[in-house]
Amino acid sequence: MLDDQQLVDRKVQSKEAKIAARGVNVHYGVTHAIKDVDVDIDHKTVTAFIGPSGCGKSTFLRCINRMNDTIDVARVTGDILIDNENIYDKKVDPVQLRAKVGMVFQKPNPFPKSIYDNIAYGPRIHGLAKSKADLDEIVEKSLRRGAIWDEVKDRLNAPGTGLSGGQQQRLCIARAVATEPEVLLMDEPCSALDPIATAQVEELIDELRQNYSVVIVTHSMQQAARVSQKTAFFHLGTLVEFGETGQIFTNPQDERTESYITGRIG
Amino acid sequence: MSAFWLLLLVLGIALVSYVLGRGRALSSAGGDIRNLHSLPVYYGANAALFVLIPSLILLMLWMVAQPLVVGARVQASIPAEAVSEGSTIGLVMSDVRRVADGLDLAVAQGVIEPSYATTSDTNLTEVRERLGDVGVALGSDISVTVLTAAQLLRETNASWYFWRTVLVVALALAGLGYAYSMTQKDFRARNTVERVILYLLIGAASIAILTTVGILFSLIFNTVEFFRIYPASEFFFSLTWSPSFGGGSELGILPLLWGTFYISLIALLVAVPIGLLSAIYLSEYASPAVRSIAKPLLEVLAGIPTIVYGLFALLTVGPFLVSFFGQNGHFGVNWMAGGTAVMTAGLVMGIMLIPFVSSLSDDIINAVPQAMRDGSLGLGATKSETIKQVVLPAALPGIVGAILLAASRAIGETMIVVLGAGAAARLSMNPFDAMTTVTAKIVSQLTGDSDFASPEALVAFALGMTLFVITLGLNVFALYIVRKYREQYE
Repeated sequence: MLDDQQLVDRKVQSKEAKIAARGVNVHYGVTHAIKDVDVDIDHKTVTAFIGPSGCGKSTFLRCINRMNDTIDVARVTGDILIDNENIYDKKVDPVQLRAKVGMVFQKPNPFPKSIYDNIAYGPRIHGLAKSKADLDEIVEKSLRRGAIWDEVKDRLNAPGTGLSGGQQQRLCIARAVATEPEVLLMDEPCSALDPIATAQVEELIDELRQNYSVVIVTHSMQQAARVSQKTAFFHLGTLVEFGETGQIFTNPQDERTESYITGRIG
Repeated sequence: MSAFWLLLLVLGIALVSYVLGRGRALSSAGGDIRNLHSLPVYYGANAALFVLIPSLILLMLWMVAQPLVVGARVQASIPAEAVSEGSTIGLVMSDVRRVADGLDLAVAQGVIEPSYATTSDTNLTEVRERLGDVGVALGSDISVTVLTAAQLLRETNASWYFWRTVLVVALALAGLGYAYSMTQKDFRARNTVERVILYLLIGAASIAILTTVGILFSLIFNTVEFFRIYPASEFFFSLTWSPSFGGGSELGILPLLWGTFYISLIALLVAVPIGLLSAIYLSEYASPAVRSIAKPLLEVLAGIPTIVYGLFALLTVGPFLVSFFGQNGHFGVNWMAGGTAVMTAGLVMGIMLIPFVSSLSDDIINAVPQAMRDGSLGLGATKSETIKQVVLPAALPGIVGAILLAASRAIGETMIVVLGAGAAARLSMNPFDAMTTVTAKIVSQLTGDSDFASPEALVAFALGMTLFVITLGLNVFALYIVRKYREQYE
């Protein structure tokens, strides 16, 4: 399935922990969705969360930018530290946090606005641009980093909803990048895309690694192997195994990881 | 045979046909349902429909045609000189019908013999007496001609009734025979029955549309009649509304349109902000528990009859406003002469419209996908920024549609205006003056003893027509807006 040589050769460039989670538990009403998860996510690294449906990987992802706060019945306990600051501390404003920890969703969700306004949305809210020219520059830079500039540069005033699915998803990535986050969370960003658009987005993720730490939830093990340096395997709400992607895929320590990777559970 | 019994007879034949058709289908399949194309009920239903549809259509057409044809024939038999000076053939015919009905009644009650009612040399005074006994009072001007015509009418009708029964029953039986003959196991009864159901649905849908067209035509004819006796330019551009049934009225629509517009404007100024803000609270901020209580409570407002709102305006809001803006009021401004005013009616109507705006807007805001909110929140926007910049723009077309629907409700409202705004047609900018609206004037022009041929009464139809066109235009515009932007976030 995988080219072992390629995986073993892959180097992890950075060792500094950007995000550190300790004893994280999540309850949805009476359901215990996440059980005592500890994980360290490195800076300038792509970390993949894999696991069968309903294992809690998306839920854990949504803890990192406190999106679970928007769900009434969700209750999060434990500590998640970003740059050694506990994001569940009382003095942390979740709104500010989300500007720092961007998120890309499973289904492309451009706003019913023009392409330009979609990208300018975040910078405008956070006052990142001093002038119109400044904003123009941010929009262009973000669209370029989203690898979609060439396709939309002539129709920035066209509605973002008129783009194709793959373009919409890259627009959403560009939109997330525009607020200059330090961490980018991606919740199955390719599940609604065709193979060509998927390849484009994967290439983009690899480029984003130069500046951000990226956390990606995916159902495709090939994708996890292709884009990530670290992989975490979740099962039934617990973090079963976490390590170098090459090691997880070639030499899993846990029986359940091996079963999942070889397709026996899922 | 009366139409009712004939109907029962046809239904009976249909029932027989159902049983026969079902039985024949089953026997043709050797009693095994699996060999049939359709379930047995479909064969039965198919046979019953073949009985019902042609015969009922014939019965219906006959019931429409018979009075026309028979009436025309009897009318032709009346000699022209029998119509006296100053009378019309129509009046004579209505006498004829009354006498014929009286004779029917008398025969039915056994006061006179059936043969007596048909003999032509009947004593006129005696007939009048006998009919008086059963409660049919005839005027003294009933002539022999009328009596003869009435007798002709009865005779012709009797023979038509006979043929109606014969033909309808024959058609029903023919339907039965035809359906029975084609029923066998390979016949596609299910498809036939379903096609009939389709036509039934189409028919139901057309009734609503045809009714609208019918309303429109009834308005058009009277409106055309009105414009024949009253100049259209005066109606549309005169600034005075002063109908007087003695003649010499001025019937300008402008003061009424202004009143309608002014009151609706105030109503919308009240209803739109309050309705919209409460919709935002209910859909975005309220907890499910609060929402489940508050939303029905708000919708109770929509269930209050408008006459109750009118009373509220008359007895509570009007005096309350006078105590502030009237003579010796708290503000000492003396703008308001009495409790009935544009402001009174507008405020109360606004309260009435709140649930329209809030309930529709709430549904529309809820229909904005959660993914939009997540996308905005995920970029570090606050909840209120998300609502202002993403949710409301996405919901805007629907909200505009809701507001326009509320506006057409406001324009058509009558009772609150009658009780709250007064009856004076006036062109004034002061919202504390009494004014009136188109709908309120339609009511006052048509109530009481008015001659339906006078412009003062007919103007009501022209007013109604104008209102109809305005609200129709608003509704079409609302639908257009809603449709045009509907798929924006889909």
